[in-house]
Amino acid sequence: MATPTLDKMEEAAAASPYITVTFRIRRFNPEISDESQWQDFQIEIDPKERVLDGLHKIKWDLDGTLTFRRSCAHGICGSDAMRINGKNRLACKTLIKDINPEKPITVEAIKGLTVMKDLVVDMEPFFQAYRDVMPFLVTKGNEPTRERLQSAEDRERFDDTTKCILCAACTSSCPVFWNDGQYFGPAAIVNAHRFIFDSRDEAGEQRLEILNDKDGVWRCRTTFNCTDACPRGIEVTKAIQEVKRALITRRF
Amino acid sequence: MKIHKYDTVIVGAGGAGMRAAIEATKRSRTAVLTKLYPTRSHTGAAQGGMAAALANVEEDNWEWHTFDTVKGGDYLVDQDAAEILAKEAIDAVLDLEKMGLPFNRTPDGTIDQRRFGGHSRNHGEAPVRRSCYAADRTGHMILQTLYQNCVKEGVEFFNEFYVLDQLLVEEDGVKKSAGVVAYELATGEIHVFQAKAVIYASGGTGKFFKVTSNAHTLTGDGQAACYRRGLPLEDMEFFQFHPTGIWRMGILLTEGARGEGGILRNKDGERFMEKYAPVMKDLASRDVVSRSIYTEIREGRGCGPAGDHVYLDLTHLPPEQLDAKLPDITEFARTYLGIEPYTDPIPIQPTAHYAMGGIPTNVEGEVLADNTTVVPGLYAAGEVACVSVHGANRLGTNSLLDINVFGKRSGIAAAKYSQENDFVELPENPAQQVADLVEHLRNSTGKERVADLRLELQETMDANVMVFRTEQTIKTAVEKIAELRERYKNVSVQDKGKRFNTDLLEAIELGNLLDLAEVMAVSALARKESRGGHYREDYPNRDDVNFMRHTMAYREVGADGSDSVRLDYKPVVTTRYQPMERKY
Repeated sequence: MATPTLDKMEEAAAASPYITVTFRIRRFNPEISDESQWQDFQIEIDPKERVLDGLHKIKWDLDGTLTFRRSCAHGICGSDAMRINGKNRLACKTLIKDINPEKPITVEAIKGLTVMKDLVVDMEPFFQAYRDVMPFLVTKGNEPTRERLQSAEDRERFDDTTKCILCAACTSSCPVFWNDGQYFGPAAIVNAHRFIFDSRDEAGEQRLEILNDKDGVWRCRTTFNCTDACPRGIEVTKAIQEVKRALITRRF
Repeated sequence: MKIHKYDTVIVGAGGAGMRAAIEATKRSRTAVLTKLYPTRSHTGAAQGGMAAALANVEEDNWEWHTFDTVKGGDYLVDQDAAEILAKEAIDAVLDLEKMGLPFNRTPDGTIDQRRFGGHSRNHGEAPVRRSCYAADRTGHMILQTLYQNCVKEGVEFFNEFYVLDQLLVEEDGVKKSAGVVAYELATGEIHVFQAKAVIYASGGTGKFFKVTSNAHTLTGDGQAACYRRGLPLEDMEFFQFHPTGIWRMGILLTEGARGEGGILRNKDGERFMEKYAPVMKDLASRDVVSRSIYTEIREGRGCGPAGDHVYLDLTHLPPEQLDAKLPDITEFARTYLGIEPYTDPIPIQPTAHYAMGGIPTNVEGEVLADNTTVVPGLYAAGEVACVSVHGANRLGTNSLLDINVFGKRSGIAAAKYSQENDFVELPENPAQQVADLVEHLRNSTGKERVADLRLELQETMDANVMVFRTEQTIKTAVEKIAELRERYKNVSVQDKGKRFNTDLLEAIELGNLLDLAEVMAVSALARKESRGGHYREDYPNRDDVNFMRHTMAYREVGADGSDSVRLDYKPVVTTRYQPMERKY
């Protein structure tokens, strides 16, 4: 085993870690104005802290009106997807040091969903698309008394798409979705994939028909924005391609 | 103000709330009020597994599981409830599998199981593989599966509705639940939900600590709403400190890491748990491991320049095993610490994790107004509740189990109650208390700030009522909390708007935390013994003669309007197991 020694992280912790960072945030509050505007905040922060920590410092110390969603603060609950330096990320999984704190850090709401206030968007269309793909196990016949059997290989087949936390980072990074909110979007397709490729499920055909719609998988232009945006590392574009292939071959 | 009428209202959409909703929706007109979107709940952060004696990989049975739960809880567990938990665990896991939960599988295709702290073969002989799991994201899978089934059943959700008051009305000399009052985040509007039955499933109170695995939103809203209306809170002094939180951040690293073979080491590289728990070693119960870690730190064997943490060592495990069984926590180490767990040990410290105490209920989930009297129409399940299946210390994997077993039970019981009873008439001006609270905070010009008070609260809780407690430290906390509660009267918010006013909600949440911190500290001060998660250095032994009983804390309001905590006690239900010395 590795014997514990003073490592580089601990040496760094001995010196004062704080740096000054500018957060440039797109503010919007229809109670005050119909227009959004950029506002700069300067804060002292340890670069090993999260963007979410920076937003909290602003909200708690400088401007209580700054509004955003957050909960778990470690990339599990999916509340705090936002556009940081032009890319969709979770604020709680993005460390200051990893996004060049020399320059102002821009933070704005994810695109393609209506902004309600500051970084808060209307999630309802996103969840509606999710609900529309029948995101639940469908089986026929009598239930077994014990668990259904599934081989480790069959379980592995859809493992990647079970990781989705419904944060909307993928869907709101998709140029097709920006142009046409009717498109199901990557997250809904990922969640359809999760059941289509589950050996226990018996509604794959129905889900494929739903996604064969004009607003379904064929709208995907394979730009890979969704894959880049996914904070869970899901190969979103690959999952969409697998659904397309299943539609052609009807094998899944 | 809007008034809604539902047969059953469920407060909270985590594991317990959604498990209840699946049952209640089938049987009654049900609404789920949740301050977060359903899949944002902290159930999703649970990692390691859900215990059930399926015996898929080795011999096991529910009686051993019951014993481990009782012993783990240091005999403060109500044994009738623990027996139900362990017996119904098997169906609870099978239910989830049938709902679609993607458990890891054995080579035979059955649900795989692994070791977890405090779970043993034949009453403590050796660790047993009882935890059913899906990698290290079991809670995520449970939350997603339950939400998927809520979509399937057409459960009606009111998202971002904050329940701030519990309506109790006296009818025929009995206090009954009439409904709840909620604040809608999007609009600032107040809604009254008249309901025949109400189920609280709103989670824990961890945010009164600074180093915690809990979400920002775990602020004890349900406990506070009931407590303020005169209902008791049970065993609030018992809080679990999970041994392996990421150093300084508190983010959870599952006990499953030790279940897979991970080892805790001090600065000398010594596997120190062998000294404290010769049989179960790193898989002793969480209170034992957390105290051992702090003992190492206090005696100068902690790691780092300040000697303020120890290491979780996974470096001897094959990378393939880490990738397959612990993918999320190894990623946390990489993301938040810049550490590669294949080759380097992970700095950890105990982190405030779970409230064993809460709103007292019986095994049907019915809330108690005192030691025996049920509040008709009021239910609670999950971390907000105290059944009590966890006693003085919860075993790992028993909380995901608790939410499923007692979520289901309370959902069924509440819906049955709704079918058999009428609405209780709403009190006059049902929204008054909430309207007053919101207006007071919105209009206050006081100089105190929410963030300052919250930080002072968290710092005093960490310093004084964490893993080690004494009369002196608890008294310090009680005094500080009293000062903070006084200063809270002068708290003001900057955001005066109606739309998505999270500034206002944070102020309300702080008020909840302050009230519950007071209950916790006062309860801890009176318990002059050490048991499970409550360790008093000035009373290091368990005292079954004087303290083998549950604490029941009530809010007392004096003639001048000032309030205080009154303590009472409730007997522990003992069936099969007489208290023994607890050794691992």
